[in-house]
Amino acid sequence: MSSVDEAVRLHNAVVLLGSFPALAEASLVVKKGEIVLISGANGAGKTTLLRLCAGLVPLARGEASVLGFNLATQRKEAQAHVGMLGHANGLYLDLTAQENLQFWGAVVGASAREIALSGERMGLHTRLLGTTVAKMSAGQRRRTALAILIIRRASLWLLDEPHAGLDAAGRDEIDKILREATSAGATVIVASHELERAGALATRRIEVVGGAIVERGAQ
Amino acid sequence: MTQHSTSTMSVARAIATKDLRIEWRSKVLVNQVLPFAGIVMVLFAFALDNDGILQRVAPGLVWLAVLFSSLIIVQRTFAIESADNALDAIKVAGVSPAGVFLGKSVALVVQLLLFEGVLVLLSLVLYQVHLSWGGAVLLVTVSFLANIGIAAMGALYGGLGAAAKGRETLLPLLLLPAVAPVLIAATRATESAFGVGGATLGEGWPWVALLAVFGALFGFGGTLAFGVLTEE
Repeated sequence: MSSVDEAVRLHNAVVLLGSFPALAEASLVVKKGEIVLISGANGAGKTTLLRLCAGLVPLARGEASVLGFNLATQRKEAQAHVGMLGHANGLYLDLTAQENLQFWGAVVGASAREIALSGERMGLHTRLLGTTVAKMSAGQRRRTALAILIIRRASLWLLDEPHAGLDAAGRDEIDKILREATSAGATVIVASHELERAGALATRRIEVVGGAIVERGAQ
Repeated sequence: MTQHSTSTMSVARAIATKDLRIEWRSKVLVNQVLPFAGIVMVLFAFALDNDGILQRVAPGLVWLAVLFSSLIIVQRTFAIESADNALDAIKVAGVSPAGVFLGKSVALVVQLLLFEGVLVLLSLVLYQVHLSWGGAVLLVTVSFLANIGIAAMGALYGGLGAAAKGRETLLPLLLLPAVAPVLIAATRATESAFGVGGATLGEGWPWVALLAVFGALFGFGGTLAFGVLTEE
């Protein structure tokens, strides 16, 4: 059973990719308001852990709940409260940054002011907002994707290498936004190889080793 | 954090607007699908260039060209979702699957209507068929209703195959048998619209009613099934 102050609770969770156990009896509790850094070697299961929390991969065995919703039976309900930024940005390449923000604003029911503010927060100035995503740099795309996460107002942020491709100012801005999001009640789980950068941001670190979760303590 | 909320129809409108805007900007329909369909129709004309045969089979040829080309249009409409993994973002956002399905279907209907308009004009020139005013009204009605069926099945199976391996080959295998009833009904009604083989306009309207039933069934079924089939 998950308690009200828990954002994520996994108990012996198993996720199979084909017949391969990408998560093997993983157990984890993340309290609301925490910023948790997930480290681990490539292929260890970091992304699968994030995708499980986002309800994108089915739970084969064990128990998993997100924000009090059982992922085995209430996946859709949980997803409405979760924002995920994976390796891809989830943008439409033929649309401008502004059109991408407007689309997501319309889909989730955000106001025009919220859309404008999110772009402003991520440093998407007028010229950049009018640029087609296909013509943007990796860092600019990342900023646009993060602006969409702000529009989403998610309660649980799942980020896979969020600093990748960003310049120093962009990285600082992300850290600031994540801290603000947790102050506002959100919970953040970040998978990253940049332990120094993300470690400074995190309140706690865990490591995924061969599909299992190993606690590495408070930061 | 307080969540936003939005209705299925708002999602459908946003998806349809976005898809049509992307198509307008990328011009895949005009630059790739139409030339492909044009080539198919010209090849049909060469292959069946015999006394009267072409006129007799023109309705079937038009709808075959539409069906083959619709595979490209459907694949394209889901390729834009998988190019930067936007489909996952939509799933994670808990967006109404029914809204996504309806939005995709509406965008497909609009694209198919424009596309068929050009193909019908081409068939009048290439296959030398006659179209009266009454026939034109019948044909527009047939196109609209047949497109609803094709678009609904296209959106359903396109979404189902979007995340699957070998989706390029999977889509024709799933979609073509499913829309075979639409092909048959649309072809029969178009024969009446073109007056092929002595068919009258009155004979075409019962097929229109059948297309309306297919459209309603496929649209309703797709709205219910899309979320379940595309969940994994």
